[in-house]
Amino acid sequence: MSLLLRTEQLVAGWQQPATQQLDLTVAAGEIVGLTGPNGVGKSTLLAAFAGRAKVFSGRIEQAAGLRVALQTQDVPPVVGLPLSGRELLALTGAAAVGLPAWLADRLDIRLDKLSGGQRHYLTLWAILQAPADLVLLDEPTNNLDVAGVAHLTEHLRDRAAAGAGLLVVSHDTAFVDAVCDRVIALGGNDVG
Amino acid sequence: MSVELFLLPFLTGLGLAILLPVLGCYLRLRDEWLAALAYSHVAAAGALGALLAGIPPGLGGLGAAALAGAGRRLFARRLSGGAGDALLLLGGWAGAILLAANAPMAERLGHALFDGQLYFAGSEQLWPVAIGGIVALLVLRALAPRLLLARVYPDLFRLRGLPAWPIQAGFDLLAALCLALATMSLGVMGAFALVFIPPWLAFRRAANWRSGLRWAVAISLVAYVVAFALALWLDQPFGPVLAVLLVLAGLLVA
Repeated sequence: MSLLLRTEQLVAGWQQPATQQLDLTVAAGEIVGLTGPNGVGKSTLLAAFAGRAKVFSGRIEQAAGLRVALQTQDVPPVVGLPLSGRELLALTGAAAVGLPAWLADRLDIRLDKLSGGQRHYLTLWAILQAPADLVLLDEPTNNLDVAGVAHLTEHLRDRAAAGAGLLVVSHDTAFVDAVCDRVIALGGNDVG
Repeated sequence: MSVELFLLPFLTGLGLAILLPVLGCYLRLRDEWLAALAYSHVAAAGALGALLAGIPPGLGGLGAAALAGAGRRLFARRLSGGAGDALLLLGGWAGAILLAANAPMAERLGHALFDGQLYFAGSEQLWPVAIGGIVALLVLRALAPRLLLARVYPDLFRLRGLPAWPIQAGFDLLAALCLALATMSLGVMGAFALVFIPPWLAFRRAANWRSGLRWAVAISLVAYVVAFALALWLDQPFGPVLAVLLVLAGLLVA
């Protein structure tokens, strides 16, 4: 398996360091979980991998030409916007094939007319299925019911089997245990 | 009433009634609809300043609005939350009113720019609107996927390494020039009415983005044609009649 992402003693943050040192690798076809208590800097690390947060020390290495997709906990601002699910998928280049039945037949409805769970899953799917080699997910099970989590688990495995590397930040230990090949638990000392 | 006399004004306004609601949809997408009002006021001040300097007012309006559009991005970080647009609006309004109040030759043009002077539009207004409108619509069509992606998924937009300037400074400049063109014919508030109300109504009802654009243009065209005929029939200024019609439509739908 080729290495997509590697960090060495990485410390990231915004105005000041917000994480402890981290050594991490994610290879193609691998699903790596990142867990830990609130404030330990899990989301900050994803932001650093996406080039948004600041690297204070250590290093991040990415495979040449790596295509990265990032799902954050921020809800895309679609309320009040006449944007259908089909148009959303077209924006990111995501395919609708594989969507659960409870969403597949609702693609032509505008996003702010869907339930919170349906909207979350569709906005997550648009990132998951976007053309990318490395997919970074931040608390993807938020707002999902049991059926949604089960479908997501299945789909992440399919995505990894197709060659993508996935890094998943989650508080949901059952989900992380079920879907991840490796789990890295960050320490509880908040440095942020 | 001569048909020929009103053909050029009608066509000039018709072009703007197609362009402005489309532009308004993208301004609304970006939560920048207040910028439209700001650009119109700055364009009015620029036109009046140009008149006093012996430069064609249309060029002055376009130049001032272009400067505002291009410069807006420079202060975007320091003047967040719409503060930049509010300052532009107030500055443009104050400049225009002061110029009109202190220079007799600017007073008449000032009234025309704020009330709208569509019925006096000739070929010198029609051609810039026709050519500029087509170019602007083509540019908007090309920018549309990036404007939408940058709004809905800003991180993915950045991660894909897409250049930001076309959807930031480029879009601001385009919007400013379109509003300046419109202000010269429709007046400040007539232009704002077409850029704000049809997209606002369309966003409430449309099932998707494409139908939102179509609804906005359809509402704008119907309001424009009715307002044009009504204002002529009642011998009233066009801008306020258009605004009243659109406000009534807005209240009805809301």
